[in-house]
Amino acid sequence: MQVPLKVNGKAVTVDAAPHTLLVQALREHLRLTGTHVGCDTAQCGACTVLLNGRAVKSCNMLLAQASGAEITTIEGLSAADGTLHPMQAAFKECHGLQCGFCTPGMVMSAVDLCQRRPDASEAEVREMLEGNLCRCTGYQNIVKAVVQGAAAMKA
Amino acid sequence: MGASDFAKLPHIGEPVRRKEDYRFLTGAGQYTDDIVPEGTTHAVFVRSPHAHARINSVDKSAALAAPGVIGVFDGQDVAADKIGGLPCGWLITSTDGTPMKEPAHPILAQGKARYVGDHVAMVVAETLEQARNAAELVNVDYEPLPAVVDVRDARQAGASAVHDEAPDNHCYKWAIGDKAQVDAAFAGAAHVTRLDLTNNRLVPNAMEPRAVIGQYNRATDEYTLTVANQNPHVERLLLTAFVMGLPEHKVRVIAPDVGGGFGSKIYLYAEDVCLTWASKKLNRPIKWTCERAEAFLSDAHGRDHVSHAELALDKDGKFLALKVHTDANLGAYLSTFSTAVPTILYATLLAGQYSTPQVYVEVDAWFTNTTPVDAYRGAGRPEATYLLERIVSRAAWELGLPQDELRRRNFITSFPYQTPVALQYDTGDYHACLDQANQLADVAGFEARKAASKTKGLLRGIGYSSYIEACGLAPSNIAGALGARAGLFECGEVRVHPTGSVTVFTGSHSHGQGHETTFAQVVAARLGLTPDQVDIVHGDTGRVPFGMGTYGSRSISVGGAAIMRALDKIEAKAKKIAAHLMEASDADVDFANGEFTVRGTDKKVTFGQVALTAYVPHNYPLDKLEPGLNETAFYDPTNFTYPAGTYICEVEVDPETGVVRVDRFTAVDDFGTIINPMIVEGQVHGGLVQGIGQALLENCVYDRETGQLVTGSFMDYTMPRADDFPSFQLGHVCTPCTTNPLGTKGCGEAGAIGSPPAVINAVLDALAPLGVKDLDMPASPHRVWQAIQSAKA
Repeated sequence: MQVPLKVNGKAVTVDAAPHTLLVQALREHLRLTGTHVGCDTAQCGACTVLLNGRAVKSCNMLLAQASGAEITTIEGLSAADGTLHPMQAAFKECHGLQCGFCTPGMVMSAVDLCQRRPDASEAEVREMLEGNLCRCTGYQNIVKAVVQGAAAMKA
Repeated sequence: MGASDFAKLPHIGEPVRRKEDYRFLTGAGQYTDDIVPEGTTHAVFVRSPHAHARINSVDKSAALAAPGVIGVFDGQDVAADKIGGLPCGWLITSTDGTPMKEPAHPILAQGKARYVGDHVAMVVAETLEQARNAAELVNVDYEPLPAVVDVRDARQAGASAVHDEAPDNHCYKWAIGDKAQVDAAFAGAAHVTRLDLTNNRLVPNAMEPRAVIGQYNRATDEYTLTVANQNPHVERLLLTAFVMGLPEHKVRVIAPDVGGGFGSKIYLYAEDVCLTWASKKLNRPIKWTCERAEAFLSDAHGRDHVSHAELALDKDGKFLALKVHTDANLGAYLSTFSTAVPTILYATLLAGQYSTPQVYVEVDAWFTNTTPVDAYRGAGRPEATYLLERIVSRAAWELGLPQDELRRRNFITSFPYQTPVALQYDTGDYHACLDQANQLADVAGFEARKAASKTKGLLRGIGYSSYIEACGLAPSNIAGALGARAGLFECGEVRVHPTGSVTVFTGSHSHGQGHETTFAQVVAARLGLTPDQVDIVHGDTGRVPFGMGTYGSRSISVGGAAIMRALDKIEAKAKKIAAHLMEASDADVDFANGEFTVRGTDKKVTFGQVALTAYVPHNYPLDKLEPGLNETAFYDPTNFTYPAGTYICEVEVDPETGVVRVDRFTAVDDFGTIINPMIVEGQVHGGLVQGIGQALLENCVYDRETGQLVTGSFMDYTMPRADDFPSFQLGHVCTPCTTNPLGTKGCGEAGAIGSPPAVINAVLDALAPLGVKDLDMPASPHRVWQAIQSAKA
């Protein structure tokens, strides 16, 4: 099965079996290993990517469903010269990551969240991050980073 | 250099942003599953669906004939190749002098499966899908046997035996303290408080599931094991010397970026050995990545204690003696450090922060048909703290005293302090922690908040916990006397490059803790560099000389101390080189802020000049000194470190629904010297969420009849999420550790240790007006509601 996609701004065609998950296409076929798999029940959100600008769990949809879509993964978020996206920079500044495993999904969710709700309060950020699990940070600095990243994205 | 001088150096105490973050934030981290060696094959494990079963036969023929399959292995293949079982690293001797029961722990089951998820066979195929499909074709003839999963069942006479070697399921009986003195103290007590409690079983659930790549190079006869692991040298030592009988120099263990551990990645697991062994047999790289459902079954679990405690007090509320009995569930086999957790890491902490003159603790450890239980964030110390801080608050309520007042009356105030249960605390200031916590938590405003809650129909409660932990594991001689089968030192190598930048090789491993930054701050501070000029290498036995790894909040206090010792050697040699360059006597040379000076003169050379001279030794005392500037040190601590603090939790409970909401949480910790406060606070936040998670959300449940794991996925096991918590209020007290050169105590586990009793005490305080006196973790809405209903009845 040939599936055309635009991934991180580049047009690609993935040749994969029909039951291939989007996350498998990204990790195994395109070798974009920044998108992680942390569970098997679509609970942890480590595999979150942007699909046509909206955060989706890439473990929970087929590659075929993404045909023709524009996908942004964590690898596609920073500028071409390597400068971090304001949300990535906020995570670093606020110590919003420890082991780094949930981080790509967390950052992608945060970018989507702030695009939709640029003025979200701390409580709203906590509620909207329900779909992303982190076992290291206790969430406090992630929430701080998202609030700070949202402000930076508006600027 | 002494700890007080160290604390004053530049970069110490600075919230330096992490050096490791860029790669993690851009998707460039390299976790084991991200690595795909050329020609990689894939392994899938066939796991027992039964909690206990005889394995009459394993028919591999259909699987072997399946597309893409290149190997299928079972227990008979393991036995034929004489691959040993997984060793236990800590020998506990029973009170009657007999050694603990230590049944074999085969890497693929031999004759019996002993828990749901026990590894029975391994299928290796060209693709993961082929391996999965073929695993379905392995035909295992199981004969189910009765199972025991709860210690209350395992200890019953006539219970089904997990192992023939332990027909009564008893692994050991261990005790510490003077029972006769304790009994005498109880006889004269004015008041005795009694408590029965359960410390609920937990699943660690690091976000990165375990993953392994086994590789063998026929040309060099060398193995490379890439594995999500917290201590690669220990992994190699156990794998080579105790299981496979391989020479260590032929095995390289790499633990690359590791996505959290919390203890669960300390251990040598069967999968690690199976892949290493089969990579040679098949002469192909083999990868296995654990699925989450498989992780629930196969990662070592935590906690699972059932205890009875009694506290004797005099008429003024002074503690006279504490008596504890604990039944500990070890699971089906002895995992690497499992036996030390309910003994050495638990009972020795039961003096807590208090001057209780007599403590006696008895522990019975049992085999059950469950996943092995081992150290999980805190390891024994959370269990001790939960028991002690629950009974202290209960005693306060029984005596009509405020929770903090009873604690104050019993705090240790003079150091060093020898507890009745083996430990000697070097330093601390427990009153200062409690006072600061009371202030930060605005305890003075509690009654007003309680009244406000009441107007909304909610019950508000406040709970205290004053914890202590023993970290910085551990003095090897003491650990050895207590049954450890390995040393517990750490190793550090400091390599100064010709241009003055530095690479450090440490045996500590970072899987989220930020060693690449904190350790760089230590080196930069000592040598007058910036943290950017220092790189930290860890997690590779091929690059790091040796190491005991990361667990027990030991990295900075033991691993950091080893680096400090290596830096002492670097500084001593560099001074000699500088003295030569400045034509001065070694004894007249001082080193500070990256410059060597000659006392009483204006002569100076920089650290960079000395480094260059060491590698371009044209003007150099070659007759007295070797060129180069590269030093290694091993550091064995002389005592544990004793982080301590007071946590205060405030909850609101809805009596109609049983829903508990944590409204405020204050944590004041004494970690001694803090090198990077940003990282330290991050560690506390994470620990608090795991501890509050245990108290309110998380619970690993087995069906008591069938032994099936009921909470086997993120759909069934309640993981803490962002909206379960308020922002935490943190504070610090600093009494520097007196037994290591940094003055540090360790901060990785405190949050998980101190918080569970603070939460449950708060819930009980809230429910007191309804007559609820007891509650086990997790205080889920269902449990709280039931407790309210039974109190009404």
